[in-house]
Order: sequence, then structure tokens, then C-alpha cells
Amino acid sequence: MTTTESGHRFQSVGEVRERLGQVQYLADEGIAGIVYLADRLGKPILVEGPAGTGKTQLAKSVAELSGARLIRLQCYEGLDESKALYEWNYKKQLLRIQAERNTDGTWSDIEEDIFSDQFLLTRPLLEAISADDPVVLLIDEVDRVEVETEALLLEILSDYQVSIPELGTITAKQIPLVFLTSNNTRELSEALKRRCLYLHVDYPDMDREKEIVLTKVPGITENLADQVARIVRSLRQLELKKAPSVSETIDWARTLLLLGVQQVDAETATSTVNILLKYQSDIAKAVKELSADQAGFRTFAPGPR
Amino acid sequence: MSTSGADGSPGGDSAGLDSAGLDAALDAAASVGQPVLDLLAGFIGELREAGLPVSLTENLDAMEAVRHIPLEDREAFKYALAATLVKNHAHWRAFETVFEVYFSHRGKQYAIDGEDGDPFADLLEELQGEGQGDQGSSGQTGGGGEPLSPEELAELLYRALMDGNEAMLRAIARQAVRRFAGMEPGRPVGGTYYLYRTLRNLDLDSVLQKLMDQTRRQAADEGNALTPLEERLEEDEFQARIDGLRKEVEAEIRRRLVMDRGVEAMARTLRKPLPEDVDFMHASKEEMGGLRRALYPLTRRLAVRLARKRRHGRKGPLDFRSTVRHSLSYGGVPADPKFKYPRPHKPEIFVVADISGSVAAFARFTLMLVHAISHQFSKVRSFVFIDGIDEVTSFFEGVEDVTEAVHRVNTEADVVWVDGHSDYGHAFEVFWERWGKEVGPKTTVLVLGDARNNYHASQSWVIREIQHRARHVYWLNPEPRSYWDTGDSIVGEYATFCDGVHECRNLRQLERFVEILA
Repeated sequence: MTTTESGHRFQSVGEVRERLGQVQYLADEGIAGIVYLADRLGKPILVEGPAGTGKTQLAKSVAELSGARLIRLQCYEGLDESKALYEWNYKKQLLRIQAERNTDGTWSDIEEDIFSDQFLLTRPLLEAISADDPVVLLIDEVDRVEVETEALLLEILSDYQVSIPELGTITAKQIPLVFLTSNNTRELSEALKRRCLYLHVDYPDMDREKEIVLTKVPGITENLADQVARIVRSLRQLELKKAPSVSETIDWARTLLLLGVQQVDAETATSTVNILLKYQSDIAKAVKELSADQAGFRTFAPGPR
Repeated sequence: MSTSGADGSPGGDSAGLDSAGLDAALDAAASVGQPVLDLLAGFIGELREAGLPVSLTENLDAMEAVRHIPLEDREAFKYALAATLVKNHAHWRAFETVFEVYFSHRGKQYAIDGEDGDPFADLLEELQGEGQGDQGSSGQTGGGGEPLSPEELAELLYRALMDGNEAMLRAIARQAVRRFAGMEPGRPVGGTYYLYRTLRNLDLDSVLQKLMDQTRRQAADEGNALTPLEERLEEDEFQARIDGLRKEVEAEIRRRLVMDRGVEAMARTLRKPLPEDVDFMHASKEEMGGLRRALYPLTRRLAVRLARKRRHGRKGPLDFRSTVRHSLSYGGVPADPKFKYPRPHKPEIFVVADISGSVAAFARFTLMLVHAISHQFSKVRSFVFIDGIDEVTSFFEGVEDVTEAVHRVNTEADVVWVDGHSDYGHAFEVFWERWGKEVGPKTTVLVLGDARNNYHASQSWVIREIQHRARHVYWLNPEPRSYWDTGDSIVGEYATFCDGVHECRNLRQLERFVEILA
């Protein structure tokens, strides 16, 4: 980790961008700028956007380039304090009490003892706060937890501290970079949004997508990558239920490469479009748009959905 | 500072908050400098006017953020402000508009805008030779060369589009606005007028045609004719370039208007409602597209929220019988209270929608929304009417693409009885005759329409009868409440027999209603 005297990870927006490029994440101006700001302001980043545009990957890449440990909290419905923050290891506590029986320690000794660090099971959030080494905290799909559980995060996000009634407040030794991702299945609370910098990651423009394909699919020719990016752009302009994501573009490019395709024609495109699109109605629409002869797409019948 | 605070803030108590916040920000961000702070204050005031919820902390964050960003980097500046002030992607457009207005011109004093470093400076100079007398060209030195003829400009445009030369396109956009828009200071016309004039002269449709012809010919010359796929891709490419040009033209017009009329006035004219506040009845085509795009995420959100509500619903009331029975095993002490299971209430929905002219858009939306979350209801049946009525449930069955189904509703449903003017009375009568028996105690009936009955008989007894049979009858009216019961609107007459009449003018209100419903 290259921390400067001022405690900042990056010197300029350009540097962020360049170093993200080194770990194969092609960031645009907005992404790099906000990562830079997050570092400067010591604020978490809330990343939103369609699925498969590299939201989680951004956190991973930032961790990789700064040499920090990535701590990940995967959110789901029903996530609670004991899974996200900390838990007392009560079995160990019981053992401790039983072991004490033979000696004649006072109750207050035991009480002080069993509520100490060694009986505390740290969960991702507490782990990120109490870490000595540099960490990047990723809170994935934060929109999946209930509104009430969101409140758990607030103390960490604004003050980088965790309050444990028996122990007191644990404050972070260093401010970790925090990423929260959301697929926008529900509106996050104002309180959470207010504490974060907001970054919307959208589908990349054609040139960037081509670059991404070139970086992520080794061995692909420039010509093919260009065609892939163009076709995907055309598809995204259709009104689809689910537009092709970047990861699906990459999968498609890989498939084409494996099939030994040099030049994408209408036939190849329609017969492999089910890698890009996952809904039957979308596929039908795309095939109709891409192929000229209407008879062609009757014969084409991909799997369910 | 005090002046900009006064005109920028919405007034009332928030104005007080505002200036307090700005004072704090002033200390925090002293290094930014007074002019920028003033500008930001006005900017944030305008954002609030446009309906964006910008809180005090976010305001402070923005001030803090711009300290770390080199001011001459306009893009970075924009993203820094967006990251701290805009926390909802649907608001991005509104933000962008305000940003463009506030910082398009003021930007120049930070020496941004690539005009000077342009590799096509010579060409530009030549182009601008003609625009000398134009007072809009601040700081640009006219070269004094021969002005280009329209044909030459068209040729340049064609070549630039062909090569995808962005710098050149930008220069052409400027030139085109200067030449064709006919902008005069103080002229009270909107930006769209100038945009129309400029684009009409550029005639982009035929340029696109020409470009495609040229590409086709070129491919044919090389011996391999374009396949339909390639042709489509080429066309998309050119279309993207042309869209870029159009944006440049818009930006240029906006820049000039801002210079003419001032920032505040311009921001006010450009202020557009946020997607969730767009009025169904007066949405433009573009806004309609935005609404459609907003609908899918909305249905997903609603479905998740409703499913969650069901699962985590409150516990049922105490089941007295069961509790007493179980108390016997504890010697009559009710130690183990039993509760009734809350029976998840999945209503059966009958949507009865007026699809005549003005309210069609609203009916379409509600139909789409209700069907998109139809698995939240035990059954959904839809009826559409103008003066006749028809059931359209089958159009939506087994169809994944609701848009398509709605299209079929508009074209295939048999809804005209006499003259195709709304007749609620007749439609209701027929409804009662044909489907009235199927309305049961589980049914919730939604009537969509403005109740503008063209002075026909209301037949409101039908609604009364339905109310007797059905669980609930709701009326959704896309008109503002103040218009109700004016002219031929008789919503009040029907309202006596409804469990609720809701004003439903935009997505926000529709969303709120659906949540009550399920």
C-alpha cells in the first residue's frame, strides 16, 4: 500500500484511473473521480446501476490496486447484528465459567473476563473497523436488507466506529474505503444515502466496452471486439426487459472466440444471442431486429426463458 | 452571498437553514473562494427548486468535495457535485440541466472548454470569420476570411459525420447555431424554437440517408455488399454521431440563451419535472419514454416491497377459542396464547379503464403496472371502454411483454359503441349486464378515468350495486383535484358510491395507491 504522509491513497484522479487500468478495470472519468473523492473525504461510496456492470468488481479492483484486504459483507434478507457486526462466543463463555468453578474467583472477575476481546466473534463490519492492516470493505447488495437493518450500518458509515454495550466503542484505527452496492430493488433510506457518495455505474459507451472486451478476452482480434461492441450497443437501444450487461458481453466475446468466429454475421449473432439475453421475448425481439429474413428465426429455439 | 441566498432558496424556514448551512460551509471551504461559493449556493438553490432533495449535510459535502477537485477540470467538477448532491439516478437529468445552465458560461472564466487547444483551430477560425458581428462570440477572434457557403458547411458536416470527427462536429454545431438559429437578444422564444430552426437547416435525416448510400456504395465497390446486420450497425453508428451533433447544438443554444437572459431566468425556463412527477395527461413523447423506462424498475420495487409486507405482516389477533383450549393442559392458565394466522389478503382486481383520448396514457400506465405485478393479486381482469366496453384480460395472459399487450388493447379492443366519445353511463350499464355477476366479495374494482361524461346519463346506480357486492371500489382520476366536477366531469356523483377517489396524476401518486391496494 502506498500511503503518502498525508494519509491519502491517491494523488490525483488520473492516478486512480491509471492504477485501476493496471488491474484491468477500465474506469471512466466519473468512476475514477468518485473513488478519488471517497479517499479524500473519507466517505463511503454507494454504487448503483444495472446488474453486471462491474459494481462489485470495482471494489475488488480497488482492493487489489491498493494492496488492501477485501472484507465482504453479503447482504440478504434477515441479516442481523450477530451476522454483520459481532457476536459473543457464548459456548466459550460457558466453558470459562465452568473452568472457574474449581478455583475461587469472585463473580465480578469472571464477568469482566467473559466479556472481553477473546470471547468476541468479529463479523465483517467489526473486522473492517478493528483491522490493523489496510482494508477495503464491500457491503454487497445492500438493498436486500430490511430498512430497519440498514440502521446497523449508519454508525459505521458516518463515524467508522462500533459501539458494543459491554466493551464500549471501538473506533477504526484507519479509515477503510467502503463500497456499498445496490441493484435498486428498493429505495434506500435517506439516512444511508446522505452518508455516502453516490455513483451510478451505467453501461459503458461503445469505445470503452470495446476496450473492456479487449482487456478481458485475451486473444480476441480488434476487429471482432469492435463488432461485438457495436452489436451490443444496437441491442441496448431496443426496448428490452433486460439489456445485455458487460459481463454478458464478455461471455459472448469469449464464446465467439471459442467458436472461431472471425466476422459476426446475422446468423452467428442470432444463434448465440441467448448468451447476451435471458428472456425469451427479448431474444425474439433481438433476432427479429438482427436478421433480415423473417423465416430465419422460427427455426431458432433456445432453451427455456 | 446574502443576495444569492435570497433568490436561490425556496423560502420559509428552509431559507434560514440554508444560510446557516452556507455559513458553516464557508468556514469549512474557505479555500474555495467566495465567487465559487456564491455560485454553488445559487446552484443548490436551483436544484431544490427543481425538486431534488438536497440536505444540509449534502450541501456541506459538496463544498468539501470541490476543494479537492481542480476547478478547471469541468467533468471532474461535475461528477464531484453529482456524487455529493444527487442520490437517485432518476434525478440525474435534472441535475445535468441545471449544471449546464450554471456552469456552461461561468466555466469559461476557469479557462475550460477546449477551444484554444483545438487542433482544428485554423478551420474554426475560418468558420467563425462570418460570425464576427455576432455578439454571442465572446472572446473569439474572427479570422476575417471568406465565410463558408451553406453548401460548403453541409459538405463539412457530411465529412465530419463520415469520419466521426468530434472536434469538427462541435465546431459545426456552433457555426450552425450562429447562422441558422437567428437568435436575437431579448427575443421571448424558447430554446426549442431555435433548436428546430437550426436542425431544419441542417436536414439531418437526408444527411443520414446520404451517408448510408455512400457506405453501401463503398462496400459494393469493394466487392462485398453490406449484409442487413452490417447495414444496421453502420446506421446505428451514424445515428449516434448525429445525436452527438444534436446535443452539441442544444448546448450551444443553451449557452447563448444563458448569456442573453441570465442564469436564474434560464434555469427557471428549463426546469422540468422529475420523472415521478411528470403529469400523465400532459406528458410529452420524450417524457412518456422516460416514464416507460421508469415503470419496470418501479414494478420490481413494488413487487419486492409487497411480498415483504406480506411475509412480515403483523401477527394476527388473539385467537381466544384456541387459547382457552390450550390453557386446559396448563390447568386453565392461559400460559400459551394462540394467535390467529393473518390470512394474506390477495385481492382479486377488476380494472375498468377509460381509454379515450386524453386519459389514454394514464389508463395504459395503470394497466401496465397492475399487470406487471399481477402475481401479487389472486386474479386480475381488465376491461376498457370509451362508450362501449370490452374485456381485454386475454391480451395480457401469457404475454411477457406488457407493452405489446397494451398496444393490442389500443388497436383490437371493441370499445366504440356510437360515436367514440366517452359515455361512462352506457359502459357501466353494459359492464353490469355482462360481468356484474362475477363481481364478488373478494373483488376490488378500480375505475380509471376523468369521469368526463359528455353530459350523458351517469348511471351511477351501477357503481352503487358494485359497491354492495365488491370488497372495495376505488376511482383513480388523472385530473388535478381542482378540476373535478367542473364542466362535464361528474366524478363527485360516482364518488358517493366509491370507497376512495384518488387523484393519480403521476407515477408517485400511482405508486402510493398501489401500495394501499395490495
